[in-house]
Amino acid sequence: MKQHIYSVLLFSIATGFAGCKGKETAATGSGESDGDDIALNGAGATFPYPLYSKWMSEYNKLHPTVKINYQSIGSGGGIRQISAGTVDFGASDVPMKESEAAKASGKLQHIPTTIGAVAVAYNVPGVSTPVKLTPAVLADVFLGKIDKWNDERLTAINPNAALPDKQIAVVFRSDGSGTTGVFTDYLAKVSPSWKSEVGVGKSVKWPAGLGAKGNEGVTGQIKMTPGSIGYVELAYAMQSKLPTAALQNKAGEFVEPSLEAVTRAAAGVNLNEHLYASITNSGGKGAYPIAAYTYILVYQDMKDPRKAAALAKFLWWAVTDGQAFTKPLHYAPLPAHSADKVKIEIRSLKAEGKLLISGA
Amino acid sequence: MAQASLPIEPEPRPGSSARARPGWLGRLGVGTSVGDGAFRVTTALVAATVVLALIAIFAELARASSLSLEAFGLDFITSQNWDPVRDEFGALPFIYGTLVSSLIALLLAVPVGIGTAIFLSELAPEWIAKPLGFLVELLAAVPSVVYGLWGIFFLAPVLREHVQPFLASTLGILPIFQGPHLGFGMLAGGIILAIMILPTISSVSREVLRAVPGIYREGALALGATHWEAIRTAVLPHARSGLVGGVILGLGRALGETMAITMVIGNRPEIDLSWFAPSYTMASVIANEFTEATGDLYLAALAEIGLLLLVVSVALNVVARLLVWRVGRLPSGARV
Repeated sequence: MKQHIYSVLLFSIATGFAGCKGKETAATGSGESDGDDIALNGAGATFPYPLYSKWMSEYNKLHPTVKINYQSIGSGGGIRQISAGTVDFGASDVPMKESEAAKASGKLQHIPTTIGAVAVAYNVPGVSTPVKLTPAVLADVFLGKIDKWNDERLTAINPNAALPDKQIAVVFRSDGSGTTGVFTDYLAKVSPSWKSEVGVGKSVKWPAGLGAKGNEGVTGQIKMTPGSIGYVELAYAMQSKLPTAALQNKAGEFVEPSLEAVTRAAAGVNLNEHLYASITNSGGKGAYPIAAYTYILVYQDMKDPRKAAALAKFLWWAVTDGQAFTKPLHYAPLPAHSADKVKIEIRSLKAEGKLLISGA
Repeated sequence: MAQASLPIEPEPRPGSSARARPGWLGRLGVGTSVGDGAFRVTTALVAATVVLALIAIFAELARASSLSLEAFGLDFITSQNWDPVRDEFGALPFIYGTLVSSLIALLLAVPVGIGTAIFLSELAPEWIAKPLGFLVELLAAVPSVVYGLWGIFFLAPVLREHVQPFLASTLGILPIFQGPHLGFGMLAGGIILAIMILPTISSVSREVLRAVPGIYREGALALGATHWEAIRTAVLPHARSGLVGGVILGLGRALGETMAITMVIGNRPEIDLSWFAPSYTMASVIANEFTEATGDLYLAALAEIGLLLLVVSVALNVVARLLVWRVGRLPSGARV
């Protein structure tokens, strides 16, 4: 923590000299005119891949000398590779565990980049209005304790929907994924029996249902199986036009998944000092309850100053101008209070002990 | 001269490991031109890399799975509990799923594949045999993910709506045809595998049958055998070991197939006697969970599944080779 404070102090001194040219332009410093191309390599989460690849191609248009490659090999692989130092940055949908962070060769910093959400999609013939689910009912459906669509606990909260006498077929992600991590994180928060019987993880021991590979696999199985229910990333649910459930949030409202409701989930929660936060089951008004930040992982003190400077500037751009690309791709932008914290953190990134941004 | 000095090896026999050595050394040394010597050494080295690659894979998998080997020992292959959250790993459901799905595939693909081969090589007129043979081989060119998609969008719904209700109403007393009709599950996985190994079995079998000298057929027919009798008594016994070889190749593909079966088998690590229930295979769990596995023990457990898959594949191949070798030594008049 002390390091942070020093960094912030150093930065404020530096900007003090720079005067009031405006904080947002801090990213455009030296290093741009070095001539030679800079190649940055990253690897990790698949969930933000469409956004990251858009960012990287847009950023390359603005800064033709900077080429960023991103391999979407999964959050686990991203954490392993950045810890081993084989890539310049990693990406993960779930924050690193203490034990994982300890394996890295230096202090890794989480940079939240955008917010994703998990939608509960279903295929129930003859039901047109969105099915409403309370946290307890949702958990019991995925625990296999509620196995018929016309179970009285379901009909009680959906009095207007003609729920059929049909078996519920639960569909889950068979491949390890951050989506499952977020979904189980939510279920464990709202259901004590989920927490004790199943737990939280990117792969868990599912008590009921069928496993399908990837968001596309889950979407496909739901579409092809009448009576099924599953969870997919919000972007997938929106694109595939599957009906999604309205979930009851902490405030008691039934909220359908939308980017606005997702950003509202983040609005009520502050990032901790490591810049991560769990925003599932968020208490905010109108908040959609199953949402999560996704992170880029970088070393706080990097080795190669040129690469480090380019990376820091890219990150700065991503959390400022780059946020404009989130919504068209069905990601939720960072809320202002989080973005401010993230910017402070990016300013504190260093290479060989020197700050990277603000021309230090 | 080279022709005379090269001993022509008969069928390889286990237990005679020393057989090649003297000839080997002799062939590398005196009595041959320099070019031949160099050629032999080069090819021997190339052949050795195959063996080395297998040993290297085995050693690396064993090294990577050491944590799990230590932690679970034999429990790993007898436990049914696969719980990444609690770091408890048992591989039995995956072994079961792999073996049973491959068995279903063989049950379906062997009669169809060998039947196709008999038709193509013995019975069909040329103008049918050629295009039909080409079509069967084309099945092998379809990428496995396409089979998987076909499984999701066609096979699973058809199984759920038609095949499973039919099986349940006719053969429902068998435990393998009981339980809810989901479409996805062991049966769907076995059928997908069967379709995928069909071209291997049928094209190898066809070549084997074609290699049977025409004189056998002619002899049988001349003795008054019908077409069917000639095939059964003269052609098939002669081709037996080759046919088993084709089936082994198919089995090898079925054991290792990953993508297509993952998309339809339901991916639940549970042992359920019913073929309607979801299951899981060894290859699938590695493909599914490896990318996101972070714990050391978790990674080691997945590596150990890879090791088991290798051991199971090698063991089944050895058994099958022994079978071929034994069958090949039976007197040629013996009935199948």
